[in-house]
Amino acid sequence: MLKDKDRIFTNIYGHHDAYLAGARSRGDWDDTKTLLGRGRDTIIEEIKASGLRGRGGAGFSTGLKWSFMPKEITDRPHYLVVNADEGEPGTCKDREIMRHEPHKLIEGCLISSFAMGAHAAYIYVRGEFYRETEALQRAIDEAYENSLIGANASGSGWDFDLYVHRGGGAYICGEETALIESLEGKKGQPRLKPPFPANAGLYGCPTTVNNVESIAVVPEILRRGSNWFAGFGRPNNTGTKLFNISGHIEQPCTVEEEMSIPLKELINKHAGGVVGGWDNLLAIIPGGASVPLLPKAICDTVLMDFDSLRDVQSGLGTAAIMVMNKSTDIIAAIARLSAFYKHESCGQCTPCREGTGWMSRMMNRMVNGEANIEEIDLLDHVTRQVEGHTICALGDAAAWPVQGLIRHFRPEIEQRINDAKKQSVAA
Amino acid sequence: MPTITIDDVEIEVEGGLTVLQACELQGKEIPRFCYHERLSVAGNCRMCLVEMDRSPKPIASCAMPVGEGMIIRTNTEMVKKAREGVMEFLLINHPLDCPICDQGGECDLQDQAMAYGFDKSRYLENKRAVKDKYLGPLVSTIMTRCIHCTRCIRFAQEIAGVPELGATGRGENMEVGTYIEKALTSELSGNIVDLCPVGALTSKPYAFNARSWELEKTESIDVMDAIGSNIRVDTRGSEVMRILPRNNDNVNEEWISDKTRHACDGLKRQRLDRPYLRKNGTLTPVNWPEIISVVAQKLSNTNGKKMAAIAGNLSDCESMVALKDLMTSVGCNNLDCRQDNGAVGDVRASYIFNSTIAGIDQADAILIIGCNPRWEAPVLNARIRRRYLTGQLNIGLIGTKLDLTYKYQHLGDDPGSIDDLLAGSSEFSQILKKADRPMVILGSGAVARLDGAVILFKVRQLAEKFEMISDGWNGFNLLQSAASRVGGLDLGFKPNNNSTLDTLGILKAASSDKLDLIYLLGADEIDASKLGNAFVVYQGHHGDTGAQRADAILPGAAYTEKNATYVNTEGRVQRASMATLPLGDAKEDWSIIRAISGSMANPLPYDTIAQVRQRMIEINPVFSSIDEIADIEWGIFGKDGTIDRETFEPAIENFYMTDTISRASITMAECTATANGDVFAEVVSDD
Repeated sequence: MLKDKDRIFTNIYGHHDAYLAGARSRGDWDDTKTLLGRGRDTIIEEIKASGLRGRGGAGFSTGLKWSFMPKEITDRPHYLVVNADEGEPGTCKDREIMRHEPHKLIEGCLISSFAMGAHAAYIYVRGEFYRETEALQRAIDEAYENSLIGANASGSGWDFDLYVHRGGGAYICGEETALIESLEGKKGQPRLKPPFPANAGLYGCPTTVNNVESIAVVPEILRRGSNWFAGFGRPNNTGTKLFNISGHIEQPCTVEEEMSIPLKELINKHAGGVVGGWDNLLAIIPGGASVPLLPKAICDTVLMDFDSLRDVQSGLGTAAIMVMNKSTDIIAAIARLSAFYKHESCGQCTPCREGTGWMSRMMNRMVNGEANIEEIDLLDHVTRQVEGHTICALGDAAAWPVQGLIRHFRPEIEQRINDAKKQSVAA
Repeated sequence: MPTITIDDVEIEVEGGLTVLQACELQGKEIPRFCYHERLSVAGNCRMCLVEMDRSPKPIASCAMPVGEGMIIRTNTEMVKKAREGVMEFLLINHPLDCPICDQGGECDLQDQAMAYGFDKSRYLENKRAVKDKYLGPLVSTIMTRCIHCTRCIRFAQEIAGVPELGATGRGENMEVGTYIEKALTSELSGNIVDLCPVGALTSKPYAFNARSWELEKTESIDVMDAIGSNIRVDTRGSEVMRILPRNNDNVNEEWISDKTRHACDGLKRQRLDRPYLRKNGTLTPVNWPEIISVVAQKLSNTNGKKMAAIAGNLSDCESMVALKDLMTSVGCNNLDCRQDNGAVGDVRASYIFNSTIAGIDQADAILIIGCNPRWEAPVLNARIRRRYLTGQLNIGLIGTKLDLTYKYQHLGDDPGSIDDLLAGSSEFSQILKKADRPMVILGSGAVARLDGAVILFKVRQLAEKFEMISDGWNGFNLLQSAASRVGGLDLGFKPNNNSTLDTLGILKAASSDKLDLIYLLGADEIDASKLGNAFVVYQGHHGDTGAQRADAILPGAAYTEKNATYVNTEGRVQRASMATLPLGDAKEDWSIIRAISGSMANPLPYDTIAQVRQRMIEINPVFSSIDEIADIEWGIFGKDGTIDRETFEPAIENFYMTDTISRASITMAECTATANGDVFAEVVSDD
């Protein structure tokens, strides 16, 4: 279990002052000038060495992503865009950071922007996060007043401006290129890649989009050193991580833990265990709605990190753990997710626009068993027709939960269909 | 030049191409719906997926630039499955109404479903239904059929320059429309019907009229403006059913204006289908021998000096050369093909678009004078807009301020601003000075003013001062708006010296009864009340102002009914083809004139159209090369003087009605009413 002294987010529960005085007492903004003084390349190397992988879901190496930005700043300015459009079902980590640790994020923005040569950064906050936006804006105002950011930020000689932009409430705007489109004032639809944002992003300029958590941990990594951060978890899956645990557990919570902690230990230690005991567990979705669920047998042993979850055909995603015990109608649960993706598909590309509706309608019928056994294969086939054929990852995200259900709970679906058939014959 | 491997064949392709284009070069057919070579890449239909080495997922070939060493496969199981999948998704919510769909037979979705789809449907849910949208009198919508390729949206935004179409809603609720219900305000809106790969957008005037496979297709040339757009005339029996664009990169690319496309219903109304002779003040139907002998007699017995001939805006070169020869044979040289009295004619460079339409792509500064290219030549205007979008182009306008679909600097309303530019005092003169390939576009309306010759002179000075004429580049352009004008001038259908009369002189002389016979070859845009007591012969195809005044009517052929030559505003000689026979008793125009001469002392020396064309080449060698632009010499033209500081008037008052055909068209009347804000226009004409 992670020791308190190793926690990055020491005010994640908001027990202390979230703003500047409190943040300073927790070590934020402590000699930021010296951190910046290490130079752009050193900072990027340090982040690479820490093994930090993007906390937004895809898990791409943050340092490596930064290094894709052009070295020289030409007439096209560089931008950092922070993705605070936290809309993944079950996920509520960025929300806590913005509420209770806004200065970690702001300091992270300054340092990362400096490392990438950006004089401006935008934080794109989910529209529903009204109070969070207020808290963030208050903290930004404080930082400006104290010259921590703005012209000659923190006395470093680097000019840095930070803006908050509120989204309009579309899940798809959490996809990095759709987020950029939305930030530019257009309809939030993902762009084709290539070109990647590091070449042509916001307003056609080099841009990096990072998750709130990825940026907020940067100052602490630089202060304590990459070795400290890399010391947690397994190789290639390092650091500490905010986990959100929800569903059928005694104490739903957001908790910072070491990467690669066993799922069972995480739930039992921090969430008070599964309602009805571990043996009452049916399945867990380990990384937000977009990853396939895991049946209990896998949950017994699996570790909470990128590689371990990938090996069991799921993913760490945003590390939002949704626990379902045996009282759950697992088909209805996944049908609800399908309805979500149908609602949130942007409609731009064919497989996702048409496929999400088809999957959702079939899933709805499956809930009541109003289907034929053969349709399970058809449903699986449809998910594979969507998967990998779309512009962005939403198509995959819509397909995977259904695939997970069929992979692990096919007998339940068949049972449901057979029961319904029997009933209709009896009636 | 990167080398890439497509289906095990290594080829070298130009950098910057997309994988789809490379595959096409290799002869591989890649299915697509959203991709269109003249629009930006959307990559949303996902039909063009191909397999790329080292990529776990198939890639959208339309959006992927080629890279060195790429290995592409277009014929694998993965690609086949991907295509089948996308095809199935496109079809699940597409209605099965092909039997009543106007796109049937020329539908990309139908064709590609045949080639790449499953053989049966697995979709058991209810299909989506979408409310139809109103887009004006030309485009009919059945939005349930829409596959969201966004071609129409991109066309409106990029080519037409009217960002009026867009998508609202998300996911399967996404709908293409105009946000707030309104008619499209573009002169090019009909092109979205061609672009639509399915039957969501179809032609409203053509709705349920014909099936594509029962139509005879004739390649021809348009006469609604002076661009000479390449068109295809689709006919069924004797009826022109519709007009579609043909691709010609040098002229209209693959767009045509709404007037070109939809004025063809005017070919069925107000037609002159038999000869008439005015007897006792009333036009009376007569037969051909009678009318020919009457006209021949009149021509033979009238003093040549007391006769005149005016050719209209739609006249073909063959009829103009025949009429010119006929009139000069009886000693008449009062000829003019410039109904608007434009002050151009002697030097060829003064009356054509010297830079050529394709040359717009190279221009880096454009000065528009007294011209509304958006109305006078919509397709050319779209080309200016495209050039504008690629950047580094400064545009200046002298004339009425209008929305031209691109930004420009407004330099003034009247010709006085030309003097300012000549004096070098305005900011724009610096821009012209610095430009490598500057262009000036002078409107035909500007030279038709009373001070037209002076304006022409000043603009020539402008072109010379700013070095617009150099090796391989001529930046002086006169944008004609009449299809016959360049051809008529090339044939010398105009007064040959100062003692002969031009249009203005003819009307002046006629109104004081100094002329005894006036031959109008489709001339309807003159003031017919000024023709005095003269015996008026009208040869044409529509009963418009000219025919009303006429004493003898010779029914001719419309542009779809004859094999004819037209010269477009660039000086490009093009041949139109006969798609249907002339209506009723009407005849091809040159042959009518030849028949008249047959009843006179000296018959014209040609009996076939080939001989007429030989005669055209004799007069002007430009007619010897078809679809080419002859090199021409710069010259001295215009007349020095003082210019009138009166504001430039637009040459066209109503884009939709500029000639006898479009004035007779119901569709164009509806468009006019819609453009004037009459929302009930269509309801009224629905019967």
